Amino acid sequence: MVKYADVETGTELEPKRYQVTRLDLVKYAGASGDFNPIHTNERIARSVGLPDVIAHGMFTMAEAGRFASEWAGDPGAVVEFGVRFSSPVVVPDDDQGATIVIGGTVEEKLDGNKVVLALVARSNDTKVLTRARAVVVLP
Amino acid sequence: MPVNPDFAGRTFPPSEPYEVSRVKIAEFAQAIGDLSPLCRDRAAAQAAGYPDVIAPPTFAIVITMASSGHAIADDELGLDYSMVVHGEQRFEHARPLHAGDVVVAQTTITDITPRRTMTMLTTRTEITTTGGEHVCTALSTLVERGA
Repeated sequence: MVKYADVETGTELEPKRYQVTRLDLVKYAGASGDFNPIHTNERIARSVGLPDVIAHGMFTMAEAGRFASEWAGDPGAVVEFGVRFSSPVVVPDDDQGATIVIGGTVEEKLDGNKVVLALVARSNDTKVLTRARAVVVLP
Repeated sequence: MPVNPDFAGRTFPPSEPYEVSRVKIAEFAQAIGDLSPLCRDRAAAQAAGYPDVIAPPTFAIVITMASSGHAIADDELGLDYSMVVHGEQRFEHARPLHAGDVVVAQTTITDITPRRTMTMLTTRTEITTTGGEHVCTALSTLVERGA
């Protein structure tokens, strides 16, 4: 588990890759209650001008939240978390799906054992989250 | 039909109480691939100082959407949900949600701003236990794309 005293501003966290398939989006729709069909139905996604089915923005945010909480070792450590959805994650209908690559940097150390992580998420070399910041409490 | 700007500043009635369950937390954690035992194993969560299994940081969207979804579906608001995309999202947690919490959510439409062919709508949802303890504030920006 990462300790506050051991963390230095500017430290880069090793990026991780997260796969997302159509089945993952069906599971996320059920778990979250967001049944907007653009996340599961290609015909409807295309009918509203999208290139294909896209992941829920909140799925991508959840993966970034995982990145932060797995670094901290505790899902309860993420006390503030904000993102801007800059581009959709397009999920093709194959076994591979899409890949989201998430990385981060320790941007600032705050009082109260808190650190600010600046996160970056990309899919297909496009930034899918911008202004992504998580404030994490460490032991 | 354009979005009705008179809805800016309107606070909607609080939701029915929502009971956070271990099963729902586990289902949500599984769906996002979060394998932390703190979301699944009560003993592990208690060993880490929590009363019961805790929800991942974005779980609050489940409760938020049920409340804000009701607000933005108001016919007189005139939002075309088929053209809406999620622009921004933010959570401020006083503490993690845990199994056994019974919470209500109350949404305010904080701002409605037309921008060229789009309309930006922001909401603030306060999640509070039925005992009056504030747990989470969720801030959302929705964007209605022009036709």
